[in-house]
Amino acid sequence: MGSGRLYLAVAVGGFRRYATYRAATAAGVFTNTVFGVILVYTYLALWDEKPHLGGYDQAQAVTYVWLGQCLYATLAIQGGGAEKDLMERIRTGEIAVDLYRPADLQLWWLAGDVGRALFQMLGRGVIPFLFGALFFPMALPTELTLWAAFLVTLLLATVVSFAIRYLVALSVFWLMDGTGVNQALMITGIFFSGMVLPLNAFPGVLGDIVRVLPWAAQIQMPADVLMGETDPLRAYAFQAAWAVVLLAAGRLVQSAATRRVVVQGG
Amino acid sequence: MGDTGALARRSALVEGLRAYRLIAGMWVRSSMTYRTSFVVTVFGNLLVTGLDFVAILLMFSQVDSLGGWSMPEVALLYGLSATAFGIADLVLGSMDVLGARIRDGSFDTLLVRPAPVLAQIGADRFALRRLGRITQGAVVLGYALVSVDVDWSAQKVLLVPVMLVSGAVIFCSLFVAGAAFQILVQDASEVQNAFTYGGNTLLQYPPSVFGKDLVRGVTFMLPLAFVNWVPAAYVLGRPYPIGLPEWAAFASPLVAAVCCASAGLAWRSGLRSYRSTGS
Repeated sequence: MGSGRLYLAVAVGGFRRYATYRAATAAGVFTNTVFGVILVYTYLALWDEKPHLGGYDQAQAVTYVWLGQCLYATLAIQGGGAEKDLMERIRTGEIAVDLYRPADLQLWWLAGDVGRALFQMLGRGVIPFLFGALFFPMALPTELTLWAAFLVTLLLATVVSFAIRYLVALSVFWLMDGTGVNQALMITGIFFSGMVLPLNAFPGVLGDIVRVLPWAAQIQMPADVLMGETDPLRAYAFQAAWAVVLLAAGRLVQSAATRRVVVQGG
Repeated sequence: MGDTGALARRSALVEGLRAYRLIAGMWVRSSMTYRTSFVVTVFGNLLVTGLDFVAILLMFSQVDSLGGWSMPEVALLYGLSATAFGIADLVLGSMDVLGARIRDGSFDTLLVRPAPVLAQIGADRFALRRLGRITQGAVVLGYALVSVDVDWSAQKVLLVPVMLVSGAVIFCSLFVAGAAFQILVQDASEVQNAFTYGGNTLLQYPPSVFGKDLVRGVTFMLPLAFVNWVPAAYVLGRPYPIGLPEWAAFASPLVAAVCCASAGLAWRSGLRSYRSTGS
């Protein structure tokens, strides 16, 4: 009971920390909206040329674009969430303080990142999405159950996204500098999450591969659930399986790191 | 009197360029300390920026044309825009740290130094790794130039370097205007991304893909279309979605000069309105 309150407080802290930067949030909303408009036109041209590409019609492709813009900051698709701070703390040695705390390291950072994601979603994600729905034809469901199922996939997507970034951040225990892995995180995040193109529109074998990787849990799964393209239970199972595997891997690496690695001191 | 004024302006320019070169050189030396890390980040930069082109490749793996334009034609647009943007990004791309410098008060230090502020902030954190973007854009441009079906005339050949230089100047102006805006709203460095990175993404696709109002906007209001759309449409012999006279294809240098002047004005008025945080 008590520890539940602790992680809730950490999550609230994460939320409030990002809520402080109002001008930055407004700027982000603007940027995501501009990118959404550009992408929508390119997708419309693509789907005009090849209708039903990836099983989507034009309205569904447009919906996918705006969902992507909505989740871009929420899921820290190109990085810049909790892992950024974690890497910095490992690099400076401040991680020693975190390890002293009577709290679980992974859960602590997960809670903070969930708080951040919730704020990015409400503060930064919703407005571009509404803008899209207002000015472009979108394929949004009217059944409440689909929206509820969508929210569940979003929560699972947040956990998978965190689990990937946590694992990557821990590598700094050995590498000492996060520049390279941050770049790798950015490239894989943008490409495999389907920010460049919906994963179901990827050709051939490449498509088969990217659709089973963990990044598919981030935008593709919530999008397919929202638009009724996949069974919600199948999506949950896929996301939950990757979440468990990646979080468990994170724990293994974490215990190896804390046992064998000397913390940077200053 | 007029002569001394012009002389003073010229020496200010020379002084600014010298300061820029010295500061940029310092950052280059500092990044060269970790040579492996530098090579890896250049390569990473090349990959990150290449993702835009991967998107186009993926699209063309499914279709033969986009908005009526073929793959080499889209690649030409891409190569021109990406290279021009890459040059601007290398020269002034670090200007989004301005907001952070104002917030932590270190901008004041730049103001009291005997060198032009624009040169100092432009060269701040000069990152040679950004050569990755230029390289990647140039490779695509090279592919486009050899594979595109164009009846090359002297004018068309000449337009290619003109587009690259004018485009780089137009993008540089955007960076400077964005920096001026950051003096007003320090946290809003992302707004300029919408115009710089967003503009670059927009220009990588054929104008026929976009709505007429959007095309009008980036032709007449924020004249990004002169980076590549308008001159490239002439080179490829394609009609521009909104009617423009033929000489417009050659107007890029003029447009770039006007952008440069407006950005300069914006920067000056931004600098004049600056108030230190006092910390």
